[in-house]
This record gives sequence, C-alpha cells and structure tokens, in this order.
Amino acid sequence: MSNLTYSQVDRDILQAMKAPGWRYYVVFFANLLVLLWGIFAWQYTVQRGLGVWGLTHPVMWAMDITNFVFWVGIAHSGTLISAILYLFRVRWRASVYRTAEAVTVFALLTAGLFPLIHLGRPWFFYWLLPYPQVGGLWVNFRSPLIWDVFAVMTYMIISVLFFFTGLVPDVAVVRNRTTGWRHHLYAFLAQGWQGTDRQWRHYKAAYLFLAALATPLVVSVHSVVSWDFAQSIVAGWHSTIFAPYFVAGAIHSGLAMVITLLIPLRRIFRLDTYLTQTHLENLAKLIILTGLIVGYAYVVETYIAWYSNNVPEWQRFVYQVTGEYAVPFWIMILFNSLVPLLFFVKRIRTSTPWLLGISILINIGMWCERFVIIVTGLAHEYDPYSWGLFIPTWVDISITLGAFAWFFFWFLLFAKLLPVISIVEVKEELPPPMKSTGSEA
Amino acid sequence: MARPSAGLVGSFRHLDSLLEAINRLRQAGYRDLQALSPVPHHAIDEALKKPPSPVRVFTLIGCLLGAATGFTLTIGTSLHVSLITGGKPIVSIPPFLIIVFELTILFGGLLTLGGMLLNARLPLIHTVPAYDPRFSEDRFGLWVRCEAKDFDTVTRLLESADAEEVHRVGE
Repeated sequence: MSNLTYSQVDRDILQAMKAPGWRYYVVFFANLLVLLWGIFAWQYTVQRGLGVWGLTHPVMWAMDITNFVFWVGIAHSGTLISAILYLFRVRWRASVYRTAEAVTVFALLTAGLFPLIHLGRPWFFYWLLPYPQVGGLWVNFRSPLIWDVFAVMTYMIISVLFFFTGLVPDVAVVRNRTTGWRHHLYAFLAQGWQGTDRQWRHYKAAYLFLAALATPLVVSVHSVVSWDFAQSIVAGWHSTIFAPYFVAGAIHSGLAMVITLLIPLRRIFRLDTYLTQTHLENLAKLIILTGLIVGYAYVVETYIAWYSNNVPEWQRFVYQVTGEYAVPFWIMILFNSLVPLLFFVKRIRTSTPWLLGISILINIGMWCERFVIIVTGLAHEYDPYSWGLFIPTWVDISITLGAFAWFFFWFLLFAKLLPVISIVEVKEELPPPMKSTGSEA
Repeated sequence: MARPSAGLVGSFRHLDSLLEAINRLRQAGYRDLQALSPVPHHAIDEALKKPPSPVRVFTLIGCLLGAATGFTLTIGTSLHVSLITGGKPIVSIPPFLIIVFELTILFGGLLTLGGMLLNARLPLIHTVPAYDPRFSEDRFGLWVRCEAKDFDTVTRLLESADAEEVHRVGE
C-alpha cells in the first residue's frame, strides 16, 4: 500500500461510489421486499396486539429481545475498531474502520427498533424518558430497563457523532468531485471543510476525545444490557459473569459481521490494495481472542450451575442442554467457541472462503446464544407448575428477517453514497510527499 | 493594526517545501499564516507554533456538566416521587451512578463536538477564497495575509521554497 499516491487513493476509493449496476438494484429491491414484509408484520402486531407472537406465560421476552441484544452486540465491534484501536494507534485499522463504524450505526438503528416494537403501543415510547408530567411521576432509576434507555441512547448519539465527524474531511474530497444534488448533499455533510491547520488541529483533538469517550461507553452498554437479565432472580440470568460475558460476545459477533460484510465489499469494489488479506487475518485473530473468552464463559456458567448446588439453577442447565431448545444451545457452543478455534490454523484464517463461512456461522451462533439465554431462562422459571414453551409464529420470524433487511438497507445505501474506506486515514498511513526523499503525492 | 483582508496563496507539491516556506516567512516576520493540507501533520502545527487545541476544556466541562445532570436528575426525581420500590433506599447511589456515567459520556461527547465546531469555525457556508480543491487531494497550500506592498517579498519567499504557483486572493 505504501507505493500509492494521494491522488491514486482518491481515485480508487471514490470509484466505489460510481453509479451502481443492475446487480446492485436487484439486491437492493429484493432486500427492500423483505423489509416491507417485516414492516407489514409489525403493523399486524400493532393492529392485533402482541398475542400474534409466540409469547406465552412465562416466556414474555423472546425473539424481539433476542434481536435487540443481538443487534446491540453487533454494534460493538465497530466502536472497538474505530475507537479502541485508534487509542492504541493500531495502523491497520485505517482501512476497516469506516465500514465497522457504519455497522455500528446501522446495527444500533436496528437494535433501537426492538424495545419500541416490544412496547406493543410504540407511540407511548416517550414514557421511557424522564419528563415532568401532571401526575408527578418520574421514571424508576433503580430499574435496569431505564439504565438501558440511557445507555443505548447515549451509545447511539455518540456513535453517530463519531461516524459523521470522521466523515467530514472525506466528504470534502467527494464534494469537490461531484456536481448537482450529490454536490449539495456532500457540501452539507462536509460543513465547509477545507483542511486548514486550524480545522485539523481542533478536529484531531475532538476525534481523540470522542474515541476516548466511546471506549468506556462501549463496555458499559453491553454490561447494562446484560443487567436487564442479571439483575433479576431468574435462574440462569442472575449471574455476576453476565457483563463481561455479554461484552465479549458482543465484540465476537460484531467482528464476525464486519468480516461478513468486508469480504464482498472488497471483491465488488476491487479494494484489494486497501483491504488486504492481512486486515482480514487480523480481524480473525481478534475473533480467536473473543471466541476463547466466550468459550470460557460457557464453561464457567456450567461449572457455577453445578457448584452452586442450587436445584433451579442446575435443572435449568440440564433443560438448556437436553430440552426443547437443545439445538440452538449446541449450535451456540459449536459455532461460537469451537469453530472459531479453526482460525488458529494460518491456512484457514488467510483463506477468504473459510473466513466468510466461519464468520457467517458465528453470526448464526451468536443469535442462537441470545435466544438460548433469554428463552430457556424464562421457559423453565421457578416451579414446574408455571413452565411454558415459546414457539415462534410467522410474525416473530417476519419481524426478525425484516430487521436484517433494515440493517442491509442502510448498509447498501452507505456502500454507494459514502466512501467505504477513510480517504484521509489511508493517506495518513502513506509516507507524505517529500522533496528531500523524492516521494510524490 | 487591522488584519489585512488580502493575501497570497502558495501551492506546494511536497510537505517539506511547505514547512520550509512557513519557516522562511516566519523568520521574515510574517505570522498570519494558514496552512491547507489533505492530511493533518504534526510538523505543520510545530512549524506554525500553534498552541494546543482548547477542545479538551470543552470535553472536561461537558463531562462535569453531564455528571452533575445525572446526579440531579436521579436524586431529584426520586426525592420528588419518594416511592419505595424493592425495599431499596429512595436515593440509591449505586444504580444512579450508571445514569451519571452515561450522561457524563453523552454531555462530554456533545460538548466535544460543539468545541470543535466553535474553534474550527465550522460549519462554513462558503469555503475561504484561498481554498482550492487540490488542497483536499494532493497539494499543500499556504495562505499568507499581508499588505499589498509586501506581495513581492512574500511571492519571492514562497517561490524560494519551491512553491508550484502563487496567486492573490481577497480584495
């Protein structure tokens, strides 16, 4: 990459933003159909009530909360790559962080829908916020559900700020090369950026502080999400390991999602010079780390269930492993903690088909993990007298698929409308043009 | 002395030429310089001898303000309702710290952005006359504000540092 020139970088990255071909439109409209179907299923829920889902006492949280936790988790790797690796000055981050950050923003847009959908009466969403009202009642700040509102909303706002701040110098490049409505759009996003020393100085300072703020935030968000469960006394949920377990799982799933998206992006836009095998390999190495943490958490959960000598805890564990939801449980064990170990083999982590295959399996595994934690915990709650079984209906499944389509809808727009690789950060990684060394821009 | 509204812009192919021009102009007593570059570079800041960005102060104020808001909101509203839930104290500091933490980050982030916009004089409706799209691509620019009588000297200094071209901007 070091033999590139500045103008070459502009050309290569901007060529990805050319008018799309018919294949793009086919994918886009197919995805849009799924999204519309999901929206139909949601409006059906609003019209008929939550009874159209498979919810049954005591399983009152199921697919929707699974989706919420899953998508918040997906968001985490973007912040890891864009903020934490930035603070550690990891150089390979430059090529992947824009896409990872876009994944964060769109995953949060998706995750944020589910608490609203689950309200059943989404138009009362503002009841979640603290505001003065006639009755004098305020939200209960001792409830984890309210912590969640604050954590997820803060995360969403900070991620959007971070994403758009990082974009400003890049869209200035795009602004200079476009005409018509596109020019107006990018001129608005660029906010009059011209790269003066004053702008750069304050921009770099702000970027550093946003990264420093986002780093503890990302750890707090999935911890708070985990406390939605861990603060209750449901067997299988009431555990101190939940916060680190959820954070590691979140990054695990997010990294897998980033790999799943980067591989086709690199191929379609011919960005091999910028997104090299080394980038994907480094992501795969991070997956080994998070996979080991997740695997460790599974072992500890099992051990605690046995060692606690607590009957409901142990019976819930046995139910999880052998009961009606055993299939997603074993998928979770296999795909999240065992399959990623294949990345220890260099041949596998440097092979694109293997990377893509394994990262998709991890995505499936992590979705199952959320499902297993939430649904098995509730299905065998306390007395056998009150046990119940959740079976998803077509509405549950349609809304879940619609959520994936919603995420990909934004991602497809992003891939064509914004630079998928940060132009400025790639240029920063190149040696600057120097007369003394004869290097040119 | 009023700030001159006119000036000269030199365009450079190489970073070290730009730095050389900055040094020569500063030695000759021209301090009202502004560099334009496609990427940020510490060497430019060092050559221009600019103080560190005050954005950090905004971040700090935002964080403190966020923490104060968090405490006020949680404690204030709990005292206002005074409804015991789960047998816990009305003012339960440990769970409130979560809200305090989130608001610290939120306000810190918002004020960081505000601080950047304010200090960097953004958003701008129009780019400055000295701006050339090439300065976002692969050229470095140096904008020297000076009186018309100094134009010859400044042009000579810019060209001696290998400026590709020098042109006049402003009235």
